[in-house]
Amino acid sequence: MSPKHKIARRAARELQNGQVVNLGIGLPTLLLNHTPEELEIFVHSENGVLGMGPRCPLNQAHPALIDSGGDYIAVRSGAAFFDSALSFALVRGGRLDVAVLGALEVAENGDLANWIIPGKFAPGIGGGMELAQKARRVIVTTTHTTRSGAPKLLRSCTLPVTAKACVHRIITELAVLDPTPQGLLLRELAQGIEAQEVLEKTEARIILPQADPPRF
Amino acid sequence: MPPAIDKTTDPATALARIADNSSVMVGGFGSPGTPFTLLAALLRRAPQGLTLIKNDANEQGIGVSTLMEAGCARRFVVSHMGLNSVVIEMMNQGELEVEMHPQGLLAEKIRAAGAGLAGILTDIGLETILRDQRQTMEFQGKTCIVEPSLRADAALVHAARADRWGNLVFEKTARNFNPLMATAADLVIVEALEIVDIGELDPDHIHLPGAFVDHVVPADASLPDYGVLKHHVAQA
Repeated sequence: MSPKHKIARRAARELQNGQVVNLGIGLPTLLLNHTPEELEIFVHSENGVLGMGPRCPLNQAHPALIDSGGDYIAVRSGAAFFDSALSFALVRGGRLDVAVLGALEVAENGDLANWIIPGKFAPGIGGGMELAQKARRVIVTTTHTTRSGAPKLLRSCTLPVTAKACVHRIITELAVLDPTPQGLLLRELAQGIEAQEVLEKTEARIILPQADPPRF
Repeated sequence: MPPAIDKTTDPATALARIADNSSVMVGGFGSPGTPFTLLAALLRRAPQGLTLIKNDANEQGIGVSTLMEAGCARRFVVSHMGLNSVVIEMMNQGELEVEMHPQGLLAEKIRAAGAGLAGILTDIGLETILRDQRQTMEFQGKTCIVEPSLRADAALVHAARADRWGNLVFEKTARNFNPLMATAADLVIVEALEIVDIGELDPDHIHLPGAFVDHVVPADASLPDYGVLKHHVAQA
């Protein structure tokens, strides 16, 4: 299993029946491949749908039915469509239970940077700030380091933040970690990974649990 | 005898009042809801110095991007343009002035203008670099960003169905910014895939009443832009 699917499979376990959930573009959308059939969640997409399903093949694609990343999707029974103001009333008004987002950097206190690399990457803000700032629970799914091996979990973000102290849980291919004012609390380790490797690949302070952490 | 109220016309007639340097709102989130017929007709007029307002930049060679690629736009008010590297490059080269907003705030700024309000107060972005470019104020003991409402000279709107008075029905995720923009411009031009007589739309199913609409034109459903973009289909 690829690291991304490993992360998605673990992150899918965070979702509970009845929740209203937004899945960010990219890795977070993979969660839909790992949620059990009987789990009844309503997935929100910023472009105006609650109750979205997985991406669909050409013979089922409808030209007026996409997710916020532009991909053609199916909807589950009970779905609803609405305009962009209502879509964000749901977010800012506190009705979004969980947002699963990607990250460029996360700080140990839960600051999230995922929208701009000044001078290099500035495609826009999109719904990210509102999701990060207002979802009741923010889960970051990310590879533990950048492609070049640099840590992404830092003492403090070097990039402009999307929102401050907003992240409740970080899930990487190595570990599950919860931001706290004192550092990242190590909650779980991936199968075959030792805490030492997480320590080496993380710049943020890590708080090790008393007992051996559970494996995922 | 022709009906007393008939807003239906052709695209060129409807767009004739859009002058150089106008501000133009364009519906759509990605392709769904983008008024491709109106944009193609506007491109043929080749106006200069436009301020375009849209959630996103569509993709290279598609929709609103064609106006920017042709040099018709001076400014672009947008939330996200991650699928359009050409427009990002125009921004980076200084050929296009870009103003970016959080997506829901862009929607809310437009909605506020449509509702006759001067602006909105929000805490979104308060602890980010957005604050540096925005006015803040203390209100009820909290610091808020003041976002002015956003109105335009014209709005180009896509609907699935319209009647001859401009009552509109949108379809699936093609609704997005369309009903909001239709309330927030001096000249509101709607293209519809289907145009029916008054009385044929169920009043309970109308998403936007015709009072907001100036012109209704038939969308040219033969344009490939209204089809499925193959590169966004899941691979089997």
